[in-house]
Amino acid sequence: MTASTSPSARPASGVGRVLVVVYAILALAATGRSFYQIVSKFDEAPVAYSLSALAAVVYIVATVALVVPGETWRRVAIATIGFELVGVVVVGVLSLAAPELFGHASVWSYFGMGYLFIPLVLPILGLLWLTRRGRRARTADARAVASEDVRSA
Amino acid sequence: MIEWLTVAQVAVAIVAGLLCLVVGLAGRRPSDLTLGATALVELLLLVQLVVSIVSPAAGNTPTGDALEFGLYLGSAILLPVGAGFWALVDRSKWATVILGVANLAIAVMVYRMHEIWFVQGG
Repeated sequence: MTASTSPSARPASGVGRVLVVVYAILALAATGRSFYQIVSKFDEAPVAYSLSALAAVVYIVATVALVVPGETWRRVAIATIGFELVGVVVVGVLSLAAPELFGHASVWSYFGMGYLFIPLVLPILGLLWLTRRGRRARTADARAVASEDVRSA
Repeated sequence: MIEWLTVAQVAVAIVAGLLCLVVGLAGRRPSDLTLGATALVELLLLVQLVVSIVSPAAGNTPTGDALEFGLYLGSAILLPVGAGFWALVDRSKWATVILGVANLAIAVMVYRMHEIWFVQGG
């Protein structure tokens, strides 16, 4: 079985495509917003706006990782999406605890309220989808190996 | 920005978005109906672009930041193009769902543009 036909090497399919598009839109929104914040009012809240930019970069990497096939990129996707989940929870708590530092609008402040809480829900859906995809790929690979064993026997 | 046009635009984008979501989840591939609805949303965005370029000359200036407004409008204009291109390449039901997601995202973005233009104090 070559890498190109392995199920784990297949890019997003089915409902995963919707996930990719939502990530792409979020990446676009976060990038646009942080570009604006840094260009026009970085001095007001350097901490929050730097985080905004970091979040934007992570969303872009996550989007790419969801699209590109292969186990390595699947791991990159898990890492970036996990980072987002931690980010939205930590910054969400901090924006309530220390609004003077983190209260400024960013994709993660107040648990992503400005983005209809999508930044909070999306990483959970993303991780669920990725683990399911990983499990399905492993079963399929195991099955392929088993059938090759049968053939060689 | 013209208030009634913007309200109508949000309404059209929501209707188009829900239509594509429902039709897509029901298993339909992208059709003239769903692509047409998305094209209508894009057309209204282009009208909005012309209006927002012309209206400051007529004394109708944004209360918020013009750069922020422009970034939203620019991103919104790209979405139907991207989703539409996707729908032409990937002819599955998920492409229709994606058209719906893009249209709903545009509804939110136009709402934000409305806030930037009318509600912000300088």
